[in-house]
Amino acid sequence: MNAHPYIPNSVPEVKREMLEAIGARSVEDFYADVPGRIRLDRPLDLPPPMRSEAELVRHVGGLLGRNTSAQEALSFLGAGCYHHHVPAVVEEVVNRSEFLTAYAGEPYEDHGRFQALWEYQSLMGELLEMDVVSVPVYDGFQAAATALRMAGRITGHRRLLLVTAVAPDKLSKIEDYVRPDHDVVLVPVDPATGLADPAAVRAELAAGDVAAVFAEAPSASGILDPALPSLAEIAHEAGAQYVVGCNPTSLGAVTPPAAYGADIVCGDVQPLGLPMSYGGMNGGFIATRDEELYVGEFPSRLFGLAPTSVEGEYGFGDVAYERTSFALREEGKEWVGTAAALNGIAAGVYLALMGPQGMREVAETILANTRYALDRLASVPGVETPYADAPHFADFTLRFTGSRTAAEVGEALLEHGIFGGRVLSDTDALYCVTEIHTKDDIDRLAATLQEIAK
Amino acid sequence: MKTGPTPSPLAPADAKIGPKPPLRRFHQARWDEPLLFELGSPGERGVLPPLAQAPADVVLPDGLRRAAPPALPELSQPQVLRHYLRLSQENLGADFNVDVGQGTCTMKYSPKVNDRFVRDPKVAGLHPLQDERTVQGVLEIMYRLEGLLREISGMDRFTLQPGAGSAAIYTNVAMIRAYFAARGEAETRDEVITTIFSHPSNAACAKTAGFKVITLYPDADGYPDIEALRQAVGPRTAALLITNPEDTGLFNPRIEEFVRIVHEAGGLCAYDQANANGILGITRARDTGFDLCHFNLHKTFSTPHACGGPAAGACGVSAELAPYLPTPTVEFDGTRYRLDDDRPESIGKIRPFYGVVPNLVRAYAWIMSLGGAGLREAAEVAVLNNNYLMAKVLQIRGASVPYAPGRPRVEQVRYSWERLAEETGVHSEDIGVRAADFGTHYWTSHHPYIVPEPMTLEPTESYSRAELDEYAAILAEVAREAYEDPETVRTAPHRSTVHRARVDVLDDPATWAVTWRAYRRKILGE
Repeated sequence: MNAHPYIPNSVPEVKREMLEAIGARSVEDFYADVPGRIRLDRPLDLPPPMRSEAELVRHVGGLLGRNTSAQEALSFLGAGCYHHHVPAVVEEVVNRSEFLTAYAGEPYEDHGRFQALWEYQSLMGELLEMDVVSVPVYDGFQAAATALRMAGRITGHRRLLLVTAVAPDKLSKIEDYVRPDHDVVLVPVDPATGLADPAAVRAELAAGDVAAVFAEAPSASGILDPALPSLAEIAHEAGAQYVVGCNPTSLGAVTPPAAYGADIVCGDVQPLGLPMSYGGMNGGFIATRDEELYVGEFPSRLFGLAPTSVEGEYGFGDVAYERTSFALREEGKEWVGTAAALNGIAAGVYLALMGPQGMREVAETILANTRYALDRLASVPGVETPYADAPHFADFTLRFTGSRTAAEVGEALLEHGIFGGRVLSDTDALYCVTEIHTKDDIDRLAATLQEIAK
Repeated sequence: MKTGPTPSPLAPADAKIGPKPPLRRFHQARWDEPLLFELGSPGERGVLPPLAQAPADVVLPDGLRRAAPPALPELSQPQVLRHYLRLSQENLGADFNVDVGQGTCTMKYSPKVNDRFVRDPKVAGLHPLQDERTVQGVLEIMYRLEGLLREISGMDRFTLQPGAGSAAIYTNVAMIRAYFAARGEAETRDEVITTIFSHPSNAACAKTAGFKVITLYPDADGYPDIEALRQAVGPRTAALLITNPEDTGLFNPRIEEFVRIVHEAGGLCAYDQANANGILGITRARDTGFDLCHFNLHKTFSTPHACGGPAAGACGVSAELAPYLPTPTVEFDGTRYRLDDDRPESIGKIRPFYGVVPNLVRAYAWIMSLGGAGLREAAEVAVLNNNYLMAKVLQIRGASVPYAPGRPRVEQVRYSWERLAEETGVHSEDIGVRAADFGTHYWTSHHPYIVPEPMTLEPTESYSRAELDEYAAILAEVAREAYEDPETVRTAPHRSTVHRARVDVLDDPATWAVTWRAYRRKILGE
């Protein structure tokens, strides 16, 4: 083939000279250890290469052109992936080659990466009011599953009580992940209110052997449960850890779980300046108090601030590296590898731009938009808002009592250029608003539902 | 107003242009950039979010309204931008250096055009729960990517969901566990065998999933010890997790026999293909008999490493294991692409939604730009580059390549500076730090250091001969210094953003500081 633009030494003359320099006859010499029996005796059956970048752009662009983005429609989808405004500066920073293509350099080559990630940890620490925050793990599912295993290692107990609504996908991940060491016990929420049932939680705690009480703030139904603070007390009375998953965007206005007694807090940074990207841009955060007991149970990297040999200089490095699987293989805590660092840097830039007032405003706007949507949509014939008495953040449940199922309502909305919420059942669907929704957007949804949800 | 060129202080006869010095003069940016928390002042704003337009009476329950806004710094937008761009300059990304020094990680060129695709709202602006009719393009890319990986590996099905290579290893282990559970062997098959030159996550993921881990060490030639494998296998064996070539760069010529021994004992074999770059189009996991494999899309298939993620992994399985793949899979009925959640034997979800989609798009574009012949070209040139660099490094005093002398290496080499350390007292880590002064990076190896004073180089296909020569010249220069002026090496870095950190404070619970809050409390005593 011709010299490929991505492969400098694909020039035949260069290859020949390099082989000569080594004293090899051909590149085949280097594959001497690959037995003939397992050699592929034909070319890979793949499409022919795109000769030019222009051709590639046309091909990939053509495929992508078949998508309609949520920005081209009016979208009320949330359910774990949130459409927020991403400030231009966030994109500018994370698309810099120095961040996008850095990897595993030492602090001497990648001081900026270490500082940016330490600052991410620190900014999250302020938002969460916790002194220890890890470099991001893959996503919020992983963060929750690991937080629960950390609680299990700390307490030595087996049972995990999930006491608020947890999204089925997240539950699936948690169940798979904790299986060797833990039993997951779902304590059902009150079907009439969507709220946690403290009496049922107490009963399960009384049965003993509970490692953690796990609550989501907001829950998978978007509810900020008034019982969240009191659940801390009843968990602690029973010797269990209180693990809370939270949407970090809410914390500009909502009390951080640490302030009402959470021992381990986890979640996903996607709402903090990450694009939706078809659900592909996540970063999990795990936060605890600064105690050796907790720090020792993190599987992930923790960057720390350290003096250098020059007074006044800030240096960075790994905190308690010896606890990780990099150092200890199977004797480490779970594992550590490449995860989602750059998404943490993005979240850091976002928090730096927003500051305390921006975070407060965006959270208040979402609280207000959610409440307005619940109030406005409750007045639409054929639409009910079953848990509307509870405070909500972003996500909320709509129940369709007219002639159409929730899926059929979604179908009809699509014809009007509206992406309806995630269908939960024949009657229910989870809708979502954020700060990007205007009053007109919500009114348009109400007006459209007025036509189609009867 | 002044016009025309500024007069040179040099007379024309003194001004010499080029050539460049034989070794690049480099200095990492040093901005003495303060911590973000030391910048700004109360009241400054970086971005203004929309305010609610609709009347709404928001009541939060007792204890759930935050008492005071979070103590984040308050900064204007240009200050935030300058802070982070200065930090970006204090980084050595793969786009800036001859990044062959991070062996086992396949640092290769990530084409810029692919980054353009993923910033497009047609990727970035898609919500994962949109109606399938509105996302046919991205589903088609995922479906096609699976097809490409099937052909590259010989496997029958893939999941593209894992968030990175280690997540893919874990996914494979979870599928192995589900497979034996379905056969009623969950209790009896509780051991996983791996090798010391495989990534630590192979051992750690197996342990996390509840398996006992048995680690094979190399034989005298550096290949995984087949006698040790024979001793290790038995009715308790669930699986072998192995990479090939291993991190030494040696391809295990008896790999089929390894697979046969494990299969005869009733176990499964999972191929960690983190080191696949040198064998693309040469040999395939399924053809060697493996039941499962995984690729790191951010290594072999060129997606940017992003400071340590987001990465992306892909797990391939034989038809027998396919029922256990995570949900959903992407299917095509001849007309429409769809997500299939109806998989009763699946291990379920391993992450939110469907995978790190931007990196799936990048990997697809990279493979399509090369085709089958291009993949093989990438593999062969990577291997040529590796053996070329090895020949150069072996000429450096104090460097050696342990094991199997004279045998070729595939895509990387684990070298040893043992002799240099004995003769000079300079260790591999010191050499790596000093190499940073020349604008490059290298990494020793994972622990434990089975190879003494290790250095692991993996040149990939992305560097020119001149760049490989430059890298070797830097190593030669540092080695010369180690013999002639070891203090210079031991006291490095000299041209970096910072100097050596006092890492002892990071291991002491009394002094470690993971956040600004902790630093203020513990160190500043506030």
